[in-house]
Amino acid sequence: MDKEPCLGCQVGEKWRKKRGSLIMALHEIQGAKGYVEWSDAVSLAETMQVPLARIYEVLTFYNFFKLVAPGKAVISVCTGTACYLKGNDKVLEKFKSELKIKEGESTPDGLFHLQCVRCVGCCGLAPVCVVNGKTYGRMTPEQVPEILNEWRETFKEA
Amino acid sequence: MVKLKIDNFDVEVEAGTSILDAARKAQINIPTLCKHPDVDPSAGCGLCIVKVGGRIMRSCCTPVAEGMEIITSDEDLKDIRKTVLKLILSNHPNDCLNCSRSGQCELQDMASEMGIDQNEIIKMLSQEPKDETSGAIVLDPSKCIVCGRCVNICQNVQNVWALSYLHRGFVTKITGANDKKLADSPCIRCGQCAAHCPTGAITDYDNTQKVSALLNNKENITVVQIAPAVRVALGEEFGFEFGSNLTGKIYAALRRLGFAKVFDTNFGADLTIIEEASEFVKRFTGNDNLPMFTSCCPAWVDYLEKYYPENIPNLSSCKSPHQMVGAIAKTYWAEKAGIDPAKVKVVSVMPCTAKKWEIGRDDTMNSSGYKDVDEVITTRELAKMIKAAGINFKALKEEEADNPLGEYSGAATIFGVTGGVMTAALRTAYYYITGKELKTLNFKAIEGLDAVKVAEVEIKKIKVRIAVVNGVGNVEPVMEAINKAKAEGTELPFHFVEVMACPGGCIAGGGQPRVMGATFEKPWGINDGIRKLRSQGLNTEDEKAKNRLSHKNKSIKKLYDDYLGEAGGEKAHHLLHTKYQKRPLYK
Repeated sequence: MDKEPCLGCQVGEKWRKKRGSLIMALHEIQGAKGYVEWSDAVSLAETMQVPLARIYEVLTFYNFFKLVAPGKAVISVCTGTACYLKGNDKVLEKFKSELKIKEGESTPDGLFHLQCVRCVGCCGLAPVCVVNGKTYGRMTPEQVPEILNEWRETFKEA
Repeated sequence: MVKLKIDNFDVEVEAGTSILDAARKAQINIPTLCKHPDVDPSAGCGLCIVKVGGRIMRSCCTPVAEGMEIITSDEDLKDIRKTVLKLILSNHPNDCLNCSRSGQCELQDMASEMGIDQNEIIKMLSQEPKDETSGAIVLDPSKCIVCGRCVNICQNVQNVWALSYLHRGFVTKITGANDKKLADSPCIRCGQCAAHCPTGAITDYDNTQKVSALLNNKENITVVQIAPAVRVALGEEFGFEFGSNLTGKIYAALRRLGFAKVFDTNFGADLTIIEEASEFVKRFTGNDNLPMFTSCCPAWVDYLEKYYPENIPNLSSCKSPHQMVGAIAKTYWAEKAGIDPAKVKVVSVMPCTAKKWEIGRDDTMNSSGYKDVDEVITTRELAKMIKAAGINFKALKEEEADNPLGEYSGAATIFGVTGGVMTAALRTAYYYITGKELKTLNFKAIEGLDAVKVAEVEIKKIKVRIAVVNGVGNVEPVMEAINKAKAEGTELPFHFVEVMACPGGCIAGGGQPRVMGATFEKPWGINDGIRKLRSQGLNTEDEKAKNRLSHKNKSIKKLYDDYLGEAGGEKAHHLLHTKYQKRPLYK
């Protein structure tokens, strides 16, 4: 059986002839897989005839792009002005120490991904965190273990 | 031409000139840490600001316009520049006293010239570790000011793409794709990044301690050789004019450093020509794997192995000159001198950082049964050793090299200049084919600093088409033309191609002295004017040489008669030739 052509090659083949289309190609890879893997970047570089160094310049410049598979539950801690002043920095620290990861990273078990966002549009509830679309307002560091357990349970049931 | 006023003086320059360059023409120096003559402006450092009709603009990337009125320095501008520099310094460690760039650092010099005597801005330093993996150059991110010269050189001039900017803002980092270490990246170790870095962020992988250790071990018989390009550049470290050829003084200094014998890589260059010209004649007449590429430049060899592995059969199998000298020193010379080759240690002084890697590139580099070359130091490192030893270089009397591995022809010495290897090889190949000497020994068409130089040389009514590629960044179109002709089965555009990785050749190699200038001679570092002067230093030596032909080097003849036998023969092949392998761009 023929091996299915890799994602990087397919996407590369599609965008190869269009100038300045690297970002679109990267969006497409991330859209399909959730992140841009090394092997896909390598084959994209080959197919599009773009140096790999340039691809990683783009991937790391825009923090939208992810280089590793994100966790199932994406925890967004708002560090916009209101949330930050209301103490979300301490909440962020608590998430980091509980999960033993830094912002922008995922836990090795693939359950959680931690990221910072600037304002989610409900400053009245500050400090705010959002996990997979569910909003948690008036956060305190003490709530962090509870929330994590809640999501662990959710994934266990599923 | 465009007329404008700079600091109230009338200036006339060509259209398209930047304000920065226009000011230089008017004898006004505008400070910059990122603009360098070898690269396009990147508007990185923000120090070159001027006022154009009251508006503040970056002079490196703003072209002149008719009637412009420019102020290059007033209290406002000085104040802003000082703040910008203080911000740069706030991310730079105060490590000057134990930094290898100390005293030769553009950043240090700029701080002193701008009168920075305190910095109230809180220090925020990068904690990134050093990357020493390449064994040729060392990347120290903590000292990087993100001027971008190295990335610019690596990507746009050399077309290597080992270095890139990752991330952005304060955490911007200069490293390989996906944070790969240099040894795992496409880096060819040409060292042009180190030659252009304004700080101590990219430096030589220092081997001076290891050389001192070899010299201090009394069991060793430590011999040394210097590459052609070293002799016309080392003097810059000791106040000589650009291009001064100081061969005799360098020999004298090396003896004072304690080397038992002083040999010359130029002897190896003549030997290379005997092997390479024989190889070319054989391949040319037998139509075997043409075109043939020169193989003296390890950075070029590495580039071909990574980017054009399908062309590996086109490379000459000859080792580079200093590897040949190493192999011969530990066999022929040791035998003749009645010395145990295990005690012979060979040190090469090279204008090149890639040579540090070359000595261990595969097992053919141990053809003598030992490591053919034990250590490589750059011209810069030799200057440091001479200074540290307290040798008054300027006052040294000239000395001769030790024979037989010290004799050389004019053809050998031009190995350090773009076009030189081709010229030397043609002189000998012509003689091998026709039995006669060329009437004119120089080929004007392949001299100078053009990117790709082509010529036709008629040998016995056959036109030999040659190309000389000045800088590995210019090789792509040549390779494409060759590989297209190969694929289509049409006539090859060239039969013989020389490539040197560094623009200008070894005279401007990654290990050559960092040109330091007075206030006005900025920015520091290599430029085409200096490339020309260093080249001239070698070309003049060739023109004045009694013997300008490799095949007339008597010591080389004797080496073949007494020891090697035939050029390209079994013994010569074992000691003087190498093999190549496909190497991945990323590990």
